[in-house]
Amino acid sequence: MRKILFQIARTGTISEPAPSPDAALRQISGRLSDDVLKRLGRALAIRHVDAGSCNGCELEIHAANSPYYNLEGLGIKFVASPRHADLLLVTGPVSRNMEEALRRTYEATPEPKLVVAIGDCGCDGGVFGESYASCGRVANVIPVDVAVPGCPPSPVAILQGILTAVASLGR
Amino acid sequence: MTPTLPGIQLAAVDGAVPAWRAEVDAAGWRTACEAAHRAGGRLAALWASDERDRQRGFSVRVLLVLYEGLVCLELPISADRPTYPHLSDLFACAGRMHRAAFDLMGVQAVAPDGRAPDARRWLRHGAWSAEEFPLRRDFARTSTAPAGDDYAFVRVEGEGVHEIPVGPVHAGTIEPGHFRFSIVGEKVLRLEERLGYKHKGIEKRFESMTLEDGARLAGRVSGDSTVAFAWAYAMALESLSGTRPSERALLLRALLLERERILNHLGDLGYLGNDCSLAFGFAQFWRVKEDVLRANSRLFGHRYLMDRIVPGGVDCDVDASAANALNEEALRLKDELRTLRSIYYNHAGLQDRCVTTGRLLPGTAARLGVVGLAARASGHAMDARVHPGFAPYEKLQPRLVSHRNGDVAARIVVRFEEAFESLRLQRVILRNLADGALRVPLGPAREGAFGIGWVEGWRGEVLIALEAGADGRIRRCHPHDPSWQNWPALEHAVIGNIVPDFPLVNKSFNLSYSGADL
Repeated sequence: MRKILFQIARTGTISEPAPSPDAALRQISGRLSDDVLKRLGRALAIRHVDAGSCNGCELEIHAANSPYYNLEGLGIKFVASPRHADLLLVTGPVSRNMEEALRRTYEATPEPKLVVAIGDCGCDGGVFGESYASCGRVANVIPVDVAVPGCPPSPVAILQGILTAVASLGR
Repeated sequence: MTPTLPGIQLAAVDGAVPAWRAEVDAAGWRTACEAAHRAGGRLAALWASDERDRQRGFSVRVLLVLYEGLVCLELPISADRPTYPHLSDLFACAGRMHRAAFDLMGVQAVAPDGRAPDARRWLRHGAWSAEEFPLRRDFARTSTAPAGDDYAFVRVEGEGVHEIPVGPVHAGTIEPGHFRFSIVGEKVLRLEERLGYKHKGIEKRFESMTLEDGARLAGRVSGDSTVAFAWAYAMALESLSGTRPSERALLLRALLLERERILNHLGDLGYLGNDCSLAFGFAQFWRVKEDVLRANSRLFGHRYLMDRIVPGGVDCDVDASAANALNEEALRLKDELRTLRSIYYNHAGLQDRCVTTGRLLPGTAARLGVVGLAARASGHAMDARVHPGFAPYEKLQPRLVSHRNGDVAARIVVRFEEAFESLRLQRVILRNLADGALRVPLGPAREGAFGIGWVEGWRGEVLIALEAGADGRIRRCHPHDPSWQNWPALEHAVIGNIVPDFPLVNKSFNLSYSGADL
């Protein structure tokens, strides 16, 4: 116990400031009212769905949970069920074997809901493209509010995508 | 030294790893594999190719790891009756590979009685019909509508037995897959995995690419092993084109591979703490991991080192100031790891959760053909890095880490010790960096040339088998992740454990879904 406390004290607080929203990442806007966005922005529950990624984007979503990024301090929390979620964070090209599972997850998420597609594959199918086994980008299967490019996008970029989805951006 | 297999003339495959190949008939296929099995050999990968455009029907290939090196056996089979003798009685891990080969190519592995040992599909869920085979060259998907997806799980019956279906969408930030638990009370009687959800047609995609462009896709078969896959792919392409990267490029590749090992071990150690409710462990390890990621970004231009290994060499360099930065980082990291190791090893709650949990006994591991980190934690001394002839590791003299208990705690110990060893190797590499070209031009790749790449990634051995087509294109590429061998081991390790310990046991193996679903 003494060692743990000493290590915590030695580490100190390392959290960094959050990035600002970026309107350029938006795919569709005006879906949710400013009032709703303001409420979500204070306590946002996120459900991650891997729809067929190479698992590179998952590494960066994990990294976004490191103490450097202080997600919970921003009111953002990852939850275990789509039924508890306000926002779906979807990675990968959507494999045809995951198409149905992704649709069902989307349907299980209560309104009002947002979708952020993560990574080059989520944005346009990436290196895997569309094929007999891949539906390509996430927007080919469910509506996407914000898409974050990158292979994989950094934790800051992911965080920026999430914050963009809940920002009212002067509407 | 050429291995001896009865009645088979082996021809050497040029390249960085000692490898041989031979064409066999159905009888030779069985006798050679039986001899390899008796000699303590392992089955590393099995895949099929469509050779009908060469009027040669189909071809099934198996890659065996023998004491001397790798042996690739090729069995031509007729297009009219595409069956071949199964190998799953000798090598249990062949079972799912047989099923995948059928789903993709329509070649059926059969027992002597003419029946398939397990005729259930594996990678095909509903995205294409049972009569279509995507890897055949004349494949044109006719229907897009997913068919009904019924799958015959093995049922466990008895008083008080019930099932828990989990997935494909899991409760954390994890890849999708389905686990079917049969339990009584809290105790797991049986776990059956159903994977293939991430199948996105990687092998077919390779066939639309040039040999050089394939490197980028290879680096995305399993993102957490991007360095290992990129190296294996480069090795295979260099093998078939007679290209020799410089000593400097090889050492830099080893440096990248060890940094990938460190990253993954740090992340896993954090999550293993987290799964034991020691959130402190998660915060600490992911802080340290983020430091390494940022150093990677600064010094190599990519946090996960994607696309830094390219056919012919590397696409990055280390100068004197970078070497200094890496050495200083290593000293800090060693200090942090020592502190955290002492906390993990002395934390009663964590030890209570991990010791004897999820045991994979050495005998089971051997029977299932388990490889890599999981095999080493179950008493097996295997690591491609210590295999004779694997440049540049031969000169670096890596120390193999193993443990005999086979439980979650053993896999934690192996991760800690391997991370320390990787830091030591990094120092040795930096000290020995010779001058040399970072990238040399590739030699000519004639049509039909065949190459093999074999690299010990952080999880286990990663393989690429590559065949050149006309005009510098890929004719066939089979990437193989160690998760193929290790997924069935998880089903065994969890037997008799309680359901709440499953996430911990699962994390201690941390297998790739993407790498095995292809």
